[in-house]
Amino acid sequence: MLQILIPILVDALANAALIFFVAVGLTLVFSVLRILNVAHGSFYSIGAYAAASLGLWIIGSGLPAWLTFPSLLVSAALVAGIFGPAIERTIVRWTYGKSEAVQILVTFGLFLILEDLQRIVFGVNSLYEDTPMGLLGSVTFGGVVYLNYQLLLIGLAILTIVGLKFLIGHTRLGRLIAAVVADREMSQAMGINTDRVFMIAFTLGIFLAALGGALATPTSGVTPGLGADTMVLAFAVAAIGGLGRIEGAAVAALIVAVARVLAIYYLPALDAVAPYIVMLVVLLIRPYGLFGSVAARRI
Amino acid sequence: MQKLLLITVALVAVCAAGISTPWLQFALTLAIAKGFAALGVAVLLRAGLISIGHAMFFAIGAYSVAFLGRDLGLSDFVGLLVGATFISALSGVIIGAFMVRYRAIFFAMLNLAVSMVLFSLLSKLYSYTGGTDGMRVASPTFFGIAAAEQTIDLILFLTTVLLIPAVGLIVNAYLKSPLGHSLSAVHTNEVRLAYLSVPVGGILMVAYTLSAALAGLGGAIAALAIGHVLPEMAYWTESGHLILVAVLGGVGGVAGPFIGSTFLELTHTVAAGITDSWSMIVGIALLVVIFFLPNGLFGLFNPKRKERAI
Repeated sequence: MLQILIPILVDALANAALIFFVAVGLTLVFSVLRILNVAHGSFYSIGAYAAASLGLWIIGSGLPAWLTFPSLLVSAALVAGIFGPAIERTIVRWTYGKSEAVQILVTFGLFLILEDLQRIVFGVNSLYEDTPMGLLGSVTFGGVVYLNYQLLLIGLAILTIVGLKFLIGHTRLGRLIAAVVADREMSQAMGINTDRVFMIAFTLGIFLAALGGALATPTSGVTPGLGADTMVLAFAVAAIGGLGRIEGAAVAALIVAVARVLAIYYLPALDAVAPYIVMLVVLLIRPYGLFGSVAARRI
Repeated sequence: MQKLLLITVALVAVCAAGISTPWLQFALTLAIAKGFAALGVAVLLRAGLISIGHAMFFAIGAYSVAFLGRDLGLSDFVGLLVGATFISALSGVIIGAFMVRYRAIFFAMLNLAVSMVLFSLLSKLYSYTGGTDGMRVASPTFFGIAAAEQTIDLILFLTTVLLIPAVGLIVNAYLKSPLGHSLSAVHTNEVRLAYLSVPVGGILMVAYTLSAALAGLGGAIAALAIGHVLPEMAYWTESGHLILVAVLGGVGGVAGPFIGSTFLELTHTVAAGITDSWSMIVGIALLVVIFFLPNGLFGLFNPKRKERAI
């Protein structure tokens, strides 16, 4: 029994780690900016493309192979640095305080633009770059082989949760973010530069999405259409956890990943449906998600 | 009167364009099919409800045609259209019963979830739906008469064009009725309606069912025109495109979504010869319309209207 259970669990955890990065980015952007960013998945795939291209370049130009590890991080940071401030300043800023319909549409327009941009920059071919996974190798434990890279992903996800919690709870920037989330107008009145907080939060959200994409490349490569698929998955996870909840996103990622892995093991036909069925069930019972607080509904 | 003339001229122009140029005929049929679905989305937008999952009803309509043809042997043109619309409306009642309890982002996301469940099922249940290959749709017959392919396409095109005023009048009557007007009231202040003992749930239920039926009708037309149905019809980006068409055209009137979809389809046809960055053009156009033309393209023709697209 344990022979099956532990590999399933490790699979699920590694899977959850990857979804978690994107979902927590989405949830962060939502809680600070109050915007549901439909283009969020695009940053995942841009991050994936950037990481794969950078990795292939490193290998191709004969640089030491271990450089592919920092390159994952660097590419995510690059994507966030290039797109985050620019998009927040030029487009997203105009939708603050507007209706959800406007926000969803504007970010959908952004999604369309980014999808084509990727196609133009990176082409339509799939990229595979799995040096980091090969370098780490695997361990055998109790007769089962585990990929070290999967364990690394799990570790990084835990580190991210702790890091985000620390950032929000114990740093000046985090307190500013928390203040803006709690009461935007009041924090503005207290002299907080909300524009700057919005920009930082948006960029951080994009960084997390791009990091998820970059970390996913060694295991699954990157193909066109990845952004759209990831978007719904991140949506599902963020919604299950309750939009705006960091720990919610982590638990939801785990639930979705377990559901998915179980489906793959027992009902392969339904693996793609599993996340959405979980989302549907959770939202029908608790529309604000597992960890969301009940906001005052208008009626 | 002037308006009536304008509509007639526009419809006759579309008919003439379609009949004289065969490749345009297909593009226009498809554009109008999407226009029906976008009209459904526009009805909900009036109540401030944005659904990122309405492509599911488009897909339900399309797959209904395929299933009715394959499993029930129904091949009659009118029967297929009516049947598919009815099945979509029925799905709208069932799904809507859950949806109308939610607002804003939750409404959007639940619709997204249901549509993605449908998409995954359509692409995974290979033995029933043909999986990602989709299903072929047999050519329809007209009151028992089988016709040549070109004749079928022509009849389908003309019927589709004629359906615009027919369906448009019904939807227009609905929107002008107290039932339709209360949609914008839901948008402005739902609590007030509750105090006036207006049943908000019931109002939204009617709107949701109507919008599902419209999307289903569009899907059925598309299925007949293409002759093939695919799971991608239910994918969330399709839902996004439907909202886009509705907003691009403007939701101020029934004509808006049709103007939007025809404009988009024609531009697509022209642009396809010049560039393949179509999504980017559409995305930019969408941003421009949202930021600078909040009434949509329809607002350009009808400056008096104050109803905003979004």
